Amino acid sequence: MAEELRQYKQVTCTINGKKRTTMVDVRASLTDMLRNDYRLTSVKKGCEVGECGACTVLIDGEAFDSCIYLAVWADGKEIITLEGLEGPNGELSDIQQAFIDETAIQCGFCSPGFILTAKEILDSGVLYTDDELRKLLSGHLCRCTGYENIFQAVKKTMYKRLGKKLPT
Amino acid sequence: MIVGKSIPRIDARDKATGRTMYTDDLCDRRALIAKIKHSTVAHAYVKSVDISEAEKIPGVVKIVTCFDVPDFKFPTAGHPWSTDPHHQDVCDRVLLTKHVLYYGDDVAAVVAEDEISAADAVRAIKVEYEELPFVLDVQEAMKDGAPQLHEAYPNNILNHTSYRSGNYEEAIKDPGLIKVEGWYDTPTVQHCHIENFVCFASRENEKLVVVTSTQIPHIVRRVVGQALGIPWGRVRVIKPYVGGGFGNKQDVLYEPLCAFLSESVGGRLVKLECTREETFCNNRVRHAIRSHITTYCRKDGTLVARKLECFSNQGAYASHGHAIVAKGMGAFHQLYPCPNVESDSWTVFTNRQVGGAMRSYGMAQAIFAVESHSDDICRAIGMDPMEFRRKNLMPKGYVDPFSKNEQYYDTFNQCFDKGAAYIGYNEKYKAYQNQSGPVRRGIGFAPLWYNTAVWPIALETAACRMILNQDGSVQMQVGDTEIGQGADTAFSQMAAETIGLPFDKIHILSCQDTDVTPFGTGAYASRQTYVTGMAVRDCAERLKDKILKTAYRYTRMQPYLMDIQDGNIVRVTDGRVLMSVGDLAMSALYDLDNSIHITAETTTQTKSNAYSFGCCFAEVEVDIPLCRVRLLNIINVHDCGRLINPALAAAQVEGGMSMGIGYALSEKMIYDQKTGRLLNGNLLDYKLSTFMDHPHLEAQFVENYEPTSAYGTKALGEPPVVPVAPAIRAAILQATGVPMYELPMDPHQLFRRFKEEHLI
Repeated sequence: MAEELRQYKQVTCTINGKKRTTMVDVRASLTDMLRNDYRLTSVKKGCEVGECGACTVLIDGEAFDSCIYLAVWADGKEIITLEGLEGPNGELSDIQQAFIDETAIQCGFCSPGFILTAKEILDSGVLYTDDELRKLLSGHLCRCTGYENIFQAVKKTMYKRLGKKLPT
Repeated sequence: MIVGKSIPRIDARDKATGRTMYTDDLCDRRALIAKIKHSTVAHAYVKSVDISEAEKIPGVVKIVTCFDVPDFKFPTAGHPWSTDPHHQDVCDRVLLTKHVLYYGDDVAAVVAEDEISAADAVRAIKVEYEELPFVLDVQEAMKDGAPQLHEAYPNNILNHTSYRSGNYEEAIKDPGLIKVEGWYDTPTVQHCHIENFVCFASRENEKLVVVTSTQIPHIVRRVVGQALGIPWGRVRVIKPYVGGGFGNKQDVLYEPLCAFLSESVGGRLVKLECTREETFCNNRVRHAIRSHITTYCRKDGTLVARKLECFSNQGAYASHGHAIVAKGMGAFHQLYPCPNVESDSWTVFTNRQVGGAMRSYGMAQAIFAVESHSDDICRAIGMDPMEFRRKNLMPKGYVDPFSKNEQYYDTFNQCFDKGAAYIGYNEKYKAYQNQSGPVRRGIGFAPLWYNTAVWPIALETAACRMILNQDGSVQMQVGDTEIGQGADTAFSQMAAETIGLPFDKIHILSCQDTDVTPFGTGAYASRQTYVTGMAVRDCAERLKDKILKTAYRYTRMQPYLMDIQDGNIVRVTDGRVLMSVGDLAMSALYDLDNSIHITAETTTQTKSNAYSFGCCFAEVEVDIPLCRVRLLNIINVHDCGRLINPALAAAQVEGGMSMGIGYALSEKMIYDQKTGRLLNGNLLDYKLSTFMDHPHLEAQFVENYEPTSAYGTKALGEPPVVPVAPAIRAAILQATGVPMYELPMDPHQLFRRFKEEHLI
């Protein structure tokens, strides 16, 4: 594609707490922008059509498949990628630590997306039932874990945050 | 004890923070983008390729067609090389083909400055075909006069092997025998690792460097050399972290083409990334295998004579070929010893996706057939399925004359007892007999059998290198690969245990680089804890020996009076700490009289193999009018020897169970019979199990120490997928009385069968 045929637009958004501006191809997805322009490589590409959930980011607190979200739509939005969850001194958030403790990570390719959707679920402050949790997490595909330990990580963190005792 | 502890995997923190770099994350933004022109017919000769319009598209750098590639034929299977030409893999691939063998075959490739121009150019390439008739079904493909795929293989038969023991034909003449016969069909499915295949290649100082998402870096190096006709030493392959493989990446995929495209643009950096649709259509798939089993037995379940015929759908190219169905066929006579056995297996080319390795390597197909048939026998003679298994399964003390594998324990009974107790099998089996009504429950189970590694079929070798650092820590390098299963953590635990160091003193080089890491054939055959474990043990013992011999200089104690415990050199006679390993390393390295850098390196060849066992129990609820199965409870029990890391082992089992559930209930690649085109090659239409499709997955173990193993361990990576589908089939059978003969047991299948059996 020749340069003269391209259409660019300026996009200003907050990414992981910092205001950033760049010019993007109007056809570019938010995945493209985050990976290519900002090198936020935790945003993974697994299908690029919104089926697998690996590219999930939080947009104004809500989990989205960034592969089917145009980069230009991000203008004025607040974006959080997995890189944004780590504290300034490398502190892990509770859900990241839970993924480690519960052996919820294997190849790790789906993990960034899962952790961000889990953050959205946990930040809601709602105590969900098992069935509700499964439904809320079902936008993500994982081939390594059978979802079992991911479920345990999210559920245990949910109970911990709400100060409730995990039912046995 | 470090072996046996559930230590978090060493890469968990990086993966939880998104820092882990996978292949695409490492690719420089300057890379040129390669895209492939795939055929839109299933079988044809390419008459011409018109690239005139495509070349005009701005940003296009180079277009290569099937008429421009070298004629070096190469294989793609991730098998060890054989110096015996008769045992080498079939060389039936060229980089781009003039003879299209499946819908989607590779005809031309574009290198462009960006993805959009590359995609536009691929669309603008015009291919003229001389179309040929095609064939998708194995039985059709074997017929005389069927469309012929490869000249050298009449009737499309890639290979046919047989096994005979006793005299089947004589034995079945006994008039008192009961005959049970069935056909069992398994579908074509795909691995669906979440990271699609991706690689990039460039030339650095006359060396071809390929960075790729693979399970088998050292084999990729060899095949790139074969495909481009260059010495293997000129190829350097780097394997970063891998986002899942499951056998698909145990094939050489597009690394040779990407390397060739880089060479064709002067060695510039070229990236080739598969889309999800290409991963389905143009990588590898699990072989669909159709099995026909006939059993003659007595009323008490005694097996007298058995016959097995398996037909494996290879698809268009040989890849792993006959090895898959041959492994499955081997299970038949070992799992159920019987005096008179005839088995035959055929691997047959068809104009479909290429069958390769996939988690369980033919065993999921074989065990579905064999165990479904076991339940059919029980039904025919009115025998309890558990009693039949306990009576007939490979007993303790069984030795396979070929592999020399031995059943050292009463494993099957131990596994059955554990699984049955967890799920409440005996009570539920009784309670679910003779149900009526539209919604019914059932419970079932199936055993599994698996070999560890590939000896004696092929070479088993592994290498390890250890270097003592100044601080008393150890750098470890192996040629075998971490692909998500946790191999690096397991190897580190083994090394720490044998040398006598704390776990955090082992630094494994997680990413393989064929110019740096020693040789290893890679992640497959559930081999690495067993085979690579032997290299780690041997290397660790050599390093420890060197450390203690060097310590003599500084402690004046004989090496046999010393041991290494928790990072210290300890006098064994009184337990006194003499010095730390770190102090020794410093003293030895910076010694002004006699400096020593303490290192060890070893290659171990493994000439043994080990049976791995287990079982699955499943409980289902079947809604007959809706033709739907709901999985209520499921447990896998495995005897994979001693567990190196119980939490990681359980995680492996859960992932395998999930794959087994998909295989049983929902996954299937569907073909357009009119064109041969794959119709559901994407994650929306291909029904991978989601979070909603699983109950709790329970994983338990029977830890029988494997006597032949360096750390008492044996295969676990692949076995968990194996027994799930037949266990679910048995549960559906108990609930409805209807045996299923085809996977997946989805509503389409249930509707057909319930109609046939007049349930609806």
